[in-house]
Amino acid sequence: MLSGFLRGLGSYFLFLGAVFRRPESWREYFKSFVRETELLGMSSIPLVVFISLFMGAVLTIQTAINLDDPFIPDMYIGIAVREGILLEFAPTIVSLILAGKVGSNISSSLGTMRVTEQMDALQVMGINPASYLVLPKIGASLLFFPILVIFSIFMGLLGGYLAGDWLHLVNPDNFLMGYFDEFQPYYVVYSLTKTVVFAFIISSVSAWYGYHVKGGAVEVGKASTKAVVAMSFSIILFNYILTDVMLQ
Amino acid sequence: MIEVRGIKKAFGDQEVLKGIDMDLKPGQCNLIIGSSGSGKTVMLKSIVGLIQPDAGQVLLDGRDWTAMKERDRKVLRQEMGMVFQASALFTSLSVEDNVRFPLDFFSSMSPAEKDQRVAFCLDRVRIPQSALSKNPAELSGGMQKRVAIARAIVLNPKYLFCDEPNSGLDPETSIVIDQLIQEITREFGMTTVVNTHDMNSVLEIGDHVVLMRHGHKVWEGAGPDILKSDDQEVVDYVFRSALFKRVRAAMNK
Ligand SMILES: Nc1ncnc2c1ncn2[C@@H]1O[C@H](COP(=O)(O)OP(=O)(O)OP(=O)(O)O)[C@@H](O)[C@H]1O
Ligand SMILES: [Mg+2]
Repeated sequence: MLSGFLRGLGSYFLFLGAVFRRPESWREYFKSFVRETELLGMSSIPLVVFISLFMGAVLTIQTAINLDDPFIPDMYIGIAVREGILLEFAPTIVSLILAGKVGSNISSSLGTMRVTEQMDALQVMGINPASYLVLPKIGASLLFFPILVIFSIFMGLLGGYLAGDWLHLVNPDNFLMGYFDEFQPYYVVYSLTKTVVFAFIISSVSAWYGYHVKGGAVEVGKASTKAVVAMSFSIILFNYILTDVMLQ
Repeated sequence: MIEVRGIKKAFGDQEVLKGIDMDLKPGQCNLIIGSSGSGKTVMLKSIVGLIQPDAGQVLLDGRDWTAMKERDRKVLRQEMGMVFQASALFTSLSVEDNVRFPLDFFSSMSPAEKDQRVAFCLDRVRIPQSALSKNPAELSGGMQKRVAIARAIVLNPKYLFCDEPNSGLDPETSIVIDQLIQEITREFGMTTVVNTHDMNSVLEIGDHVVLMRHGHKVWEGAGPDILKSDDQEVVDYVFRSALFKRVRAAMNK
């Protein structure tokens, strides 16, 4: 099993070597990058908005219930909610969800292109399929994931505030002060660094699975399931490593 | 002219090609025939460089293609067009953009010239205007094949490769596709290589035919001559071709 894992890892790095090549045509790669940004990024906005609003709301409810003590001002609930969203919920949870949506989309679309010989067609034309198909997807993910996460942070904060206010769990003005109190810009750096790493993991790992599909439609489905498992695993692992390195 | 010399290929311990030689001639439809699993696709993919053969040489008009690095091959690839068994049109692009795709990558034409070239090729394969903005999946199998041919010839290649262009098509559409391939080959003087197991194609467009069996070349010659061969393997193949049997039966009535 370990040798299988190491072989996979080796093949993954060889694959990255094939992906990061000089484009045959910068203009065509850029066109594809724009298409991918729309396809992978823009289309994820509604999902991220929805998830983040409710995530923020739940976080406020839970924190307010746990800190239901007349001696703890509502401002501290605001601080706790803000840190929770900024440090963990927006970057990690949103990335896990995007691993399911964007990652499985990447692996199944590449897998389909593999089994329907579209990749062979590119290669016969003299276009490196690894590079042309994957580089724009990685680029689009690296650009768009941080934007989605910033979006998610604001939506989460909004959801948290609205829930606290509507459910009369907190004094809204006092709670809101917490959002601005002792704000540490470094946490934003930490959060976005994680996001960029996750974006790279999601786009490249899912691409590796899709690119190496052999067989037919069934194998395409299997590859995309395996990809989601591998991505989730890697995200959780790197979340730990980056937190250890950056916050200690 | 494509010269194939001693091509061998094995997958694991299964030898698929056991040393094949052939000369594929310009301005002609060169057919590789053989029953399913005889190694036609592996042969064609070895010629175009999608599969690296274990031994042997492919010379494209004297240029040693097999020995070239992928980087040097890229230039020569613009002289090649290929039609795949399942068409392999890009599903994310419209019909028109599929045909334009190689031009966008490799030609220095102005946008207007590209439009003209795309229109010419699509018209040449008789794809109606109304289909241009459609997605390939919305077209019938025969139309998809024709779009794939248009895409393959848009850069005006010297070599055209078709892997089973008739697979999945009805006999009538098959004949139309065969004739189209033949016309284009003559018109542009291309060296065309077609994989098929359709005996009709052999008789209709087989200027030069290579019969493969179990990784060996069994017979080579002009299409209709295959009926005159008295080699038992050739006779067997011809008679196993079910459709052909029926045609013969009909003719004998
Ligand atoms: N990538 C591969 N790995 C392992 N075996 C392969 C591979 N490609 C082809 N083969 C084997 O090589 C043999 C010849 O296959 P090939 O696809 O060339 O046959 P074919 O003549 O094109 O048949 P068909 O008419 O069905 O398309 C088959 O037994 C196949 O299993
Ligand atoms: Mg085949």
